[in-house]
Parts: sequence; structure tokens; C-alpha cells
Amino acid sequence: MMVFAFYLFALGAITGGLFTVISRNPVHSVLWLILAFISSAGLFVLMGAEFVAMLLIIVYVGAVAVLFLFVVMMLDIDFAELKAEMARYLPLALLIGLMILMQLAMAFGAWDFAEVAQSQLAAPTPDASEIHNTQALGLILYDQYFLLFQLAGLILLVAMIGAIVLTLRHRTNVKRQDILAQIYRDPAKAMELKDVKPGQGL
Amino acid sequence: MAEFFTTTYLGIAIVIVAQILAVLVPLLVALAFLMWGDRKIWAAVQMRKGPNVVGFFGLAQSFADFIKYIVKEVVVPAGADRFVYFLAPMISLVMSFIAWAVIPFNDGWVISDLNIAILYVFAVSSLEVYGVIMGGWASNSKYPFLGSLRSAAQMVSYEVSIGLIIIGVVISSGSMNFGEIIKAQDGMGLLSWYWIPHFPMLILFFVSALAETNRPPFDLPEAESELVAGYQVEYSSTPFLLFMIGELTAVVLMCALISVMFFGGWLSPIEGLPDGLFWMVIKMIIVFFFFSMVKAITPRYRYDQLMRLGWKVFLPMSLFWVVFVAFAAKFDWFWGIYARFVTGS
Repeated sequence: MMVFAFYLFALGAITGGLFTVISRNPVHSVLWLILAFISSAGLFVLMGAEFVAMLLIIVYVGAVAVLFLFVVMMLDIDFAELKAEMARYLPLALLIGLMILMQLAMAFGAWDFAEVAQSQLAAPTPDASEIHNTQALGLILYDQYFLLFQLAGLILLVAMIGAIVLTLRHRTNVKRQDILAQIYRDPAKAMELKDVKPGQGL
Repeated sequence: MAEFFTTTYLGIAIVIVAQILAVLVPLLVALAFLMWGDRKIWAAVQMRKGPNVVGFFGLAQSFADFIKYIVKEVVVPAGADRFVYFLAPMISLVMSFIAWAVIPFNDGWVISDLNIAILYVFAVSSLEVYGVIMGGWASNSKYPFLGSLRSAAQMVSYEVSIGLIIIGVVISSGSMNFGEIIKAQDGMGLLSWYWIPHFPMLILFFVSALAETNRPPFDLPEAESELVAGYQVEYSSTPFLLFMIGELTAVVLMCALISVMFFGGWLSPIEGLPDGLFWMVIKMIIVFFFFSMVKAITPRYRYDQLMRLGWKVFLPMSLFWVVFVAFAAKFDWFWGIYARFVTGS
């Protein structure tokens, strides 16, 4: 049953990835990308990493892919033209893909043959039966490597502020809503009652 | 015989399907009457009669509507992306249904007892956005598209504060499993439920749930007066019905979440009375009554105010609350805000 589920999700992930690249409509591309994300979340669940799986769905599918969809739907990019140039960049793309594949192979190869890794895989600390992987992850991120984790957060914050500063322009000739002024308006100042005689008007 | 249901794949599959039906069928029947109740409450506030023709007191009105939707013709816009167009309502419906897999109705009465149930519900509700976006985009028309953009932005924004509120409850109960969260609220009847220590978050969650499910006063995506009916303009017949059922199911799911997280789920409010399914249902109906009342008595929000409320008011408040609850649980301030777990080293 696990094998069946694995092949289902694996097939989903690969199909999703493939059609993300080759589908003609950019919105369809993003939808296929979502399929790939959800399938990989399923794979995580099969490996017993349910917390990571849920985070993948919440962060990537729930937020990042929505942003992708917004951008793809709103921006006026001629995707047909971009696709036409694909042939030109294909060799470079293949090279990069190959490099990533080799790096992954090297990393996994080293991981598979390293004795330390094997012994840790055989006996994880704390034992998997004692603690949920949510708690285990929490202990690692917020206890053991607290400072490094915070540092990573800080770097992301700086990147975010940088992006905002780069794109923020205060245009002076735009009319803006002043929410406080709107809230503090009262009927006495905003309204005037007139007693209108019938047939006369003001 | 019992072995057949616990060991063979076929037996397990039959048990799971039976469990799913045991949740979904009562849910769908209840939806029909909740829809009727919603309209009756709305009518009563406006001193109208509401649905009163079909069946006793109009009780069969929802079923009549159901048949009407089913037998109408399915109209597909000429320029629509047919596949995505029909996929959207299905996603909307399925996403609002699968979240019920982890909602416990009584001690142990849950289809899947996940240990990250609350994250699962959160993930599924974040997927609900896609029904709306895809529906609006695939219709190939301006009004649905604008409506879906609004709706998606609104749902994504309020999800953030809902997530932070959930974290507060998770810190207090020390678990992400709904059963554990409810058991953490056991003790002194209704005084030990989280609605007292987490009262500010209860209000924030209620309002966020309204925005998340596109209920009035935050029903801007459907704002009839400006966008006709938002992302569902081009939908008719059964696809439209699927959208409506999905939307209402999401509302009832939010009622279930509120009663599980803040009102102790199946626990009885007075010590000594037996706990059970009855209390869960009663609590959900009471919360749904408030949802209906809000719909009846509040005027619609303006869109920029809605976004401001989500990002500049709710987000900082819920963020502060998470920090506060964490400190309270760690240093045992204010009875640890009822924290029921050992803080340890």
C-alpha cells in the first residue's frame, strides 16, 4: 500500500514538474507547479515527516503559489515570446540541471556511505517513539540552534526591508485615505440638517 | 469478522468509507437546515417572514433550491478555460469537505486522529483559495476576475492572523491534536475552556473566520452592487451549487473550529453532566447563530479598511498575544494562561 502511495505521489510530482515547464499557458504552469508541491508534501508524509509536509502546503501552496498566480495573471508578459527563446537557453538550462543532479547525487552518495550518518539513521536521538517530529524539530530549531535560527530570520528580514526600500516610492500627487481622520469624523461636523419646505428646494 | 475489518485492505477501506459517510451525510443534511436557519434569522432581524412556503415553516426550502440548481442548464462562457472552469467548484467543495477528517465530535469520534490536526485544517483552508482564484480566472470575464483577486487577497491576509491565533491555543494546550486540545480544557466545566483566557483571540478568530469564509460583513468578493457576484458570476447550475455548498461547509467548519479550540468541543459546560456529541453540536449551532446575526446586523466593510484591519490591527495583536501566551506558559504568569503541559527544562 505504501508502495502504491509512493508511486502515486512520485508520478504526481514528476508530471507536475514536467507540465510546469512545457505547458503553453502560464497559469496552467502554476497550477501544475501546485500539483508538484502537493505531491511532494505527500511524499514527506510517507516518510513520516508530516510537519514538514504541512508546512510545505501552507507556505508554498497557500502563500507563494498564490503570489505566483497573481503575478502571472496580472503582469502583461508575452509568454509566447519567452517560450520562443527557450531553444536558445536550452543548453545552459540543461547544464545547470545536470550540475544540480550531480550535486544531489554526490550529497546523497556521501550520506549513504558515511558511517556516522548510518549510525544516526539507525538510532535517532531522541528516539522516534518518544517524541513527535514537530517537537523534535522545535527542540532543534528553538533550543539547540536558536541563535543560528534567529540569524537566518534576521537575514530574511533585512532582505525583505531591502526589497521594500527599493520599490517604495512616495508619490505626492496621489490622494490617500486617512483612516484616523475618517474614524474621528462625527455627525456634528460632517452633516448639516436643513428643513426643506415642500415644493421650494434649497 | 472483526479481523476482516482491521487487517485486510478491503476491510479497512470499507470502514474508512463508512466513517466518511457517517460524517458527511449528517453534515450535508445539517447544511440544508443551517441554510434555512440562516435565512430565517436574517429575515427575522429584518422583520420579514423568510422562506415559509415549501414544507412546514419552509423547512424544505433548501431541498427545493437544491433540485432547482441541479436541473438547470450548465452554461459555460465562450472564452472559458473549460477544464479549470469545472475544476474550480470541485476544488472548492472537496477542500471544505476533507478538513472534516480531523474534527472530533466526541472522545475518539474522529476519522483520522492526526497529531498535527490543527496544521492540517490550516493547510486545507489555505488551499480553499484556489477554488476562488481558478473560478474567477477560468471564467474569462472581468467581474469574476476582479472578484477572485479581491477574495484571494482577503483570504490570504486573514489566514496569517488565524495561524497566529491557532499558535496561541497550541502553546496553551501543548498539542496540535484536536482531541488533546479539548482534553486540555477539561476540568471545571465551562470555566476551564479557553474562551476565558483566550477571550481577545476568540473575538479576533471569529472576525477572521468571517473574512476567511467571505461572510458578511466581509463579503466583498460577492459585493452585488459593484461586482455583480464576484468570482461566481459566470457559474450556473451544479457548479454554482458546488461553490455554495463549499462556502457554507467552510463556515460550518469554522464553527466547529471555534467550538473545539475555545469552547471545549464535546465537554459539558457544567461539571457532572455527561460529555458527548450533543454538546459539540449545540456549541456549533450557537456559533453559527452568531455568524448569521453578524450577517444580518452589520454593514459591509470597505475593501481598504478590510485589508487595514487584517494587516495593521489583527496581525500585531495576535503576534503580541502569541508572545504573551508563550511567556505566561513558561514563567507561569496568570496560571500559565491555563497551560496544561509541563514546560520542562
